[in-house]
Amino acid sequence: MQSDWLLGLIGGGLIGSAAAIFLLVNGRIMGASGLIGGLVDRSGWHDWKERAALIAGLVTIPAIMVPFGQDWQTHLTDNWIIIILAGLLVGVGTRLANGCTSGHGVCGISRFSLRGIVATAFYIGAGGLTVVLFKHVWGII
Amino acid sequence: MRSLVSFIVGGLFGAGLLISGMTDTAKVQGWLDIFGDWDPTLAFVMGGAIIPMAVAWRVTIGRKPVLADRFPAPPEPKLGHNLVVGSTLFGMGWGLVGLCPGPAIASLSFSGSGGFAFLIAMLTGMIGAPALRMRLDQMLAPV
Repeated sequence: MQSDWLLGLIGGGLIGSAAAIFLLVNGRIMGASGLIGGLVDRSGWHDWKERAALIAGLVTIPAIMVPFGQDWQTHLTDNWIIIILAGLLVGVGTRLANGCTSGHGVCGISRFSLRGIVATAFYIGAGGLTVVLFKHVWGII
Repeated sequence: MRSLVSFIVGGLFGAGLLISGMTDTAKVQGWLDIFGDWDPTLAFVMGGAIIPMAVAWRVTIGRKPVLADRFPAPPEPKLGHNLVVGSTLFGMGWGLVGLCPGPAIASLSFSGSGGFAFLIAMLTGMIGAPALRMRLDQMLAPV
């Protein structure tokens, strides 16, 4: 359990360092939903190379690491209705809110952005309530 | 050059998500599950990520990015209904399966058909977002 916390701290440090490099070198916010969303709705096509390169790195490096690592699994549910419903909610919600865990959470809170703090409070609150309802009350997940 | 930096940033981001356990939906849901077997890992990940980023924001003061003209504009103080409604919808989806956009992409190579289905649904939701935004703006006066 304690090694999980330590790995969390180390991994978090890598995530924060990645965001710091993106900010200090490229002058940009490392927000996953914004980087992808800009490609999906064409609002970010003018800098598609940067977005595509970041996404390529985000897919490729874990793909290389997984065969060498320990027990890296997603433990994703096999309930397809839940998966698709969740995907739709995450997609529409992050674009509506202009950010997700990386953009509002990591990049926003670290600059004391009120929007980032409020967004994080709402998605954690909604996430917690959803787990309580769907797991403990209805027993669906 | 900017693209090469972006690739490296994406790689570090992916490695961090993997090592921290954030591509494991059980850990994320475990953190949200305050009435179950609560897993505090996510708080350590958030803390570990916010520290270097807070230092980076301090470094930006009075400087320019290495490969760009300017840093992103200061955050808008305005909150608005889109931020609140959007974050709530996102949180519901995040709680249901334990995936948010970063880990969904980072785990593509090992999350199987379910992970792929999640990605397609997420992209579909992103396509639908502008239409919902218009509807919300018509329904709700700006807060």
